Amino acid sequence: MRIVLYRLLAVVLPLALLEILCRNQIIKPLTLPAPSRIVLGLWAMIENGTFNAAIVKTLTNVALAFGLSVVVGIAAGAALHRARLLRTLLEPLFATYYAIPIYAFYPLFLIVFGLGDAPQVLIGFMLAVVSMIVSTLSGLDSLPPVLAKTPRVFQLGPVETIRRVTLPYAAPYLFTGVKLAIAYAFIGVIGAEFIMSSTGLGYEIRFAYDNLDNNVMYPLILLILLISVTVNMSLDRWDRALQARRGRV
Amino acid sequence: MRRTIEANPSLFLVIMLLALWQILFWLVGRNALLPPLETILYLARLLQTARFWGHIAETGTAFIVALAISIVAGLAIGLALGINRMTAEVFEPFLLASNSIPKIALYPIVLLIFGIGMPAKIAFGAIHGVVPVAIFTLAACSNVPPIFFRAAAAMRLTRWDLIRSVLLPAALPDIFSGIRIGFSLTLIGTILGEMFGSQSGLGYLLMTAIGLQNIQVIMSVTLLLVLVAATVNTLLLKQDRRLRQPGG
Repeated sequence: MRIVLYRLLAVVLPLALLEILCRNQIIKPLTLPAPSRIVLGLWAMIENGTFNAAIVKTLTNVALAFGLSVVVGIAAGAALHRARLLRTLLEPLFATYYAIPIYAFYPLFLIVFGLGDAPQVLIGFMLAVVSMIVSTLSGLDSLPPVLAKTPRVFQLGPVETIRRVTLPYAAPYLFTGVKLAIAYAFIGVIGAEFIMSSTGLGYEIRFAYDNLDNNVMYPLILLILLISVTVNMSLDRWDRALQARRGRV
Repeated sequence: MRRTIEANPSLFLVIMLLALWQILFWLVGRNALLPPLETILYLARLLQTARFWGHIAETGTAFIVALAISIVAGLAIGLALGINRMTAEVFEPFLLASNSIPKIALYPIVLLIFGIGMPAKIAFGAIHGVVPVAIFTLAACSNVPPIFFRAAAAMRLTRWDLIRSVLLPAALPDIFSGIRIGFSLTLIGTILGEMFGSQSGLGYLLMTAIGLQNIQVIMSVTLLLVLVAATVNTLLLKQDRRLRQPGG
């Protein structure tokens, strides 16, 4: 309980300090408007629905990239788990994958696919899918050999085996992958929108910045921060609840 | 065949990727891609010009300063929070959450504070790199067995001695992993920082090439970045594994 209080303080105190600094013009409004004004601006924006189209566009693309990466990641992970040789071959790629600046491929995607939604979704997908593959692999690796034999003893079919044994056992690992995948899908899609696109939250922030329109830019940045932090924290809480339940069994 | 591949997976991986690239080129054509050999030759030609080295030097300087800031600040934050159980528990969720933020959304703020130029690039690179270093350092501190702290208390070590001769050596492998990830993210951050509001550097080169649809430049700069990032990361990964071996 005390920890929650301290956490609250750790958020509120810096914000209060910023508010005071901004109100007294020590931080110029051209650099940063007062936090309270940003919040009010965001509220008005949501009420007016000015940016609803952009919000929906971004969230749809993030959902697409995320959904694709989960489905493809689990399927590819399961397939690689069987294909030993291909796995040894790809292992070094997975190890260095996140060191590669994926955004550097964005220009190529723009040329190949044009300025539609595909390049953004593809960047989000490319960032997210590998963490899903790696998590699936480590989930399947952790399956004790005895749990591979038991379903055979009970003569379960492949579908039943996956549903009753493999999936429940690998679930915590898959969940880690899902958490990472959703964060990466956000980072990829919004980053790509920011670099070059014609719609979405990233694009709107870039547009507002180019026009020095702080009254639009800061509320939108706040919105992105709120969305990604909320999603991340609620998944984290869910994960912890699941693990606690597991620990008790 | 199988054994040769297993003995040297990286080499065969590179061969496979090059083959895939060539096939992709045959599929989509010259308007969108350059084949591997031509890209390498073009990159070699670029590397002979002084202008290109100017861009590399610019990016390299920004990156090295940003990396230094990431490591020092990340270590400082991680140690300051990790040395006390209470602060570690209070601030850990903030650090984890900041890892999932699309930091590119913060870029306009960085530009407004630092203005266009070198400091903005450095700041943007450091924003990316500092979080993983701090997270790994914090986690490393909580992974140090409590008995080490009790032994240190019994020997009446000062706080500084505790950090220097107990905490850092015990946490080194984890901290090194953090620095490895911080390295890649700082590079990505620096390049992203150069793509907007910058007049030089590899990121700027990429951005202008997009505008001109200059595929040769896009592909050779991308190849160069991927090569550098992958090579350094592989070396760091090797060192990382060596640190984790018992007695290493």
